[in-house]
Amino acid sequence: MNALPPGTAPSTSPPTVAGPHDAPGDGNAPDSSPVLAVRGVCKRFGGTRASRDIDLDLRPGEVLALAGDNGAGKSTLIKMIAGVNQPDSGEIRLGGERIDGRSPQEVRDLGIETIYQDLALADNLDVGVNIFLGRERLRRVLGVPMLDRKWMREQAAGALEHLGIRLDDLSMPVGYLSGGQRQAIAISRAVYWKARIVIMDEPTAALGVPEQREVKDLIRRLKADGVAIIFISHNLGDIFEVSDRIFVLERGRKAGERAIGDTSEDEVVAMMMGKVVDS
Amino acid sequence: MWRSSSTRTERGASTGGGHDLSGNEPCLRRLAGGPPAAPLPSLATPYRTVDDMNTRIRLLQLLTAAWSWLFLVLIMALFEAWSWSVYGRTFFGNLYNVQAVLLTATQILMMALGLTLVIIAAGIDLSIGFIAGLAAVTMAVVIRALPELHPALSFSLGVTAAILIALVPGFINGWLISKWKVPSFIGTLGMFGVTRGMAFLVAGGATVSIRNDTARSFGNSRILDVLPVPVLVATIVTLYFHYLLAHTRFGVYVYAMGGNLQSAVRAGVNTTRITFSLFMLSAFTAALAGIFYTARFSAGAADAGEPILLNAVAAVFIGGASLSGGSGTISGTVIGSLIIAIIQFGLVFIGMPPFWQFITVGLVIIVAVLIDQSRARLARLGTGET
Repeated sequence: MNALPPGTAPSTSPPTVAGPHDAPGDGNAPDSSPVLAVRGVCKRFGGTRASRDIDLDLRPGEVLALAGDNGAGKSTLIKMIAGVNQPDSGEIRLGGERIDGRSPQEVRDLGIETIYQDLALADNLDVGVNIFLGRERLRRVLGVPMLDRKWMREQAAGALEHLGIRLDDLSMPVGYLSGGQRQAIAISRAVYWKARIVIMDEPTAALGVPEQREVKDLIRRLKADGVAIIFISHNLGDIFEVSDRIFVLERGRKAGERAIGDTSEDEVVAMMMGKVVDS
Repeated sequence: MWRSSSTRTERGASTGGGHDLSGNEPCLRRLAGGPPAAPLPSLATPYRTVDDMNTRIRLLQLLTAAWSWLFLVLIMALFEAWSWSVYGRTFFGNLYNVQAVLLTATQILMMALGLTLVIIAAGIDLSIGFIAGLAAVTMAVVIRALPELHPALSFSLGVTAAILIALVPGFINGWLISKWKVPSFIGTLGMFGVTRGMAFLVAGGATVSIRNDTARSFGNSRILDVLPVPVLVATIVTLYFHYLLAHTRFGVYVYAMGGNLQSAVRAGVNTTRITFSLFMLSAFTAALAGIFYTARFSAGAADAGEPILLNAVAAVFIGGASLSGGSGTISGTVIGSLIIAIIQFGLVFIGMPPFWQFITVGLVIIVAVLIDQSRARLARLGTGET
C-alpha cells in the first residue's frame, strides 16, 4: 500500500526548452523570432476537415485572437498546440523545437499553459494548493515529509500580487471566490510556472462585465511580461480591445490574418463568413 | 517572498526556462522598481477584496464545521444529566462506560476510515460491510486450522491472512472503478454481494469460534487497566490516516479528485493509481474491523461488519463529508463515530428499547445533510452569486 507512489506527481524540474531563448528585455519587439510556429497543419475528424493547412506564428509578448464561427476549427487548433490532439500532417514548433507528437503534460512542462473554460481549479482547495496542484512543495518535520501549505500560500500571494490582485485570505477554498478572481488564479498559475505561451479558451465568457474588464487587464499584464497569448473569443469588442493580431478561421482554413489596426469588425465578420479569403 | 529567486522552487530558481528571457527575470525586476516596458493598465479598482465577506463566511464556516463537536458535547451532557437525575451517579465518569463507548466507536471508526477517503474522492464503498466479515472469518478459520502452533504465531498468521484476503476485493473494486469506469456505488454493491457469499462460504456457516489466548487478550485486555488494546491500535491507524489526508500529496489529490476531477487530471495526477489506493485502503481498514471483531468475541462472523456498514457511512457524513465529494476530514469521522457510539450505548444505558438508536441515528444523519446543504448555500453566498 504505497500511499505516496513515486512518480504520481509530475516532476518539479525546470522546463527543458531546447530552442533559442526569445528576445531579451521587454519581449515586445515586433521583429523578434516567433516563439511558436505552426506550419501546414492538417487535421481530419472522419469526413470533416477540421484544420486545413494552417500556418501560424506567435511572437513573445503578442496577443493573438483566434476568431471564427462555431465549427471553424479554433478549438481543434489550440488542442493540437496543447498536445491534446495530434495533427495528421504539418508541424508545430516551440522556440524551434518540435512539439507535435508530445503529450499535453510534456507540452505544459515546456511552457505552454492552456486555461480552459472550466478553469480546472479544485473549488474545495485553497489558492496555494491550486497553483501548486501536481507540483506540491514538501517540507520535513522530524524527518516526516509534509505539505508546506504556508509556503505555497505565500508564493501564491506573490504571484497574485504580481498580477495586481490582493486576496486577504488565501486559506479559503477557491470556490468562495468570484469568477474573475478564479480566472486570475488560473492565470497566475501559468505565470508562476513561467509559461511562455498562455492559451485561453473564451476567458471572458460566463463572467460579469466588471470581471470581463479585470480579465482583459490580466491579459495586458501577461503581455507586458513578455508572455505570448492566444485567446479564443466570440466577442469582437474584446478582440479589438486587447489583441495585437487577429487570425480568422473559416471551415478549417485560414480565412485571413490582420494586424488589429489594419482591419475592422465588418471585415472580420466577412472573413468569418468566408466572403473574404486571403490567397 | 515570491520575488527573491533564492527561495523559489527548483524549477523557478533555475533560470533559462519559461519566458525568463535574459536569465534575470525581467518581469520581476520590473516589479522591483524598474520602468515598465509598456504602460501597465492601471487597476484603479483592484479585485474585489474578500475582506467584507470574510468575517461572515469564516464565522459561518466555523459554525458548520463545529456543529458536530457541539452536538457531541450536547449528547454527552444529556446522558450525563440523565444519569445523575435517575441513577444519582456519573455516566462518563465511569471508566467502564467510557471503555465500552470507545470500543463501539472503534468498530465504527475502523470501517469508516478508509471510507472517508473514498467519499472525499466522490466515491462510495459498500463492499466494506462484508470485507470486514470475510476478514473476520478468514482469521478465525486460519487460527482454527493451526491448533498446534503457538497462539501468538497462529494469531499473526490469521491477521496476515485476513488482511491479504481483504485486499483482493479492494483491488477488484479499484480495478472496476478506475479501469472500467464502473460507478463506485454499483461496482462496490456487486462486490458487497460477492464478498458476502465468500464470507459465508469460508465460514461454512455463519460463525467460526476460536480458542486463542493472544487473540483474546488483543481484543479484550487493557493497557494499564485503562486503555483497551483495540482502541490504542485504532488510534495509531487513525493518526496515520489523518497524516495521509491532511499532510501528503496523496491527500491533496484525493480532495482534488472529489472537488473537480478535471483539475486533478490536468495537473498530471495519476488518478487511476489514486483510485486503486483508495479502495485498497478502504478494504484494509475494513479488514482491521473484522480482526478486532474476531479477537474481541473469539469468533469470526461472516456478517460481523454488516450492521456497522451504514453506521460507518453515517459517521463519515456526520463528520462533515459531502456525498458529492471534496469535503470531509478524519477528525470529523472520529467525531461522527463517537456520536453514534454514544447514542447506541447511551440509549441502552438509560433503558430505552434498542430500536430507538436506529431512529436517533437516522435523525442525526438528516440533520448532518441539512447542515451540509446550508454550507453549499454559503459557498454561493461567498461569491456574491445566487
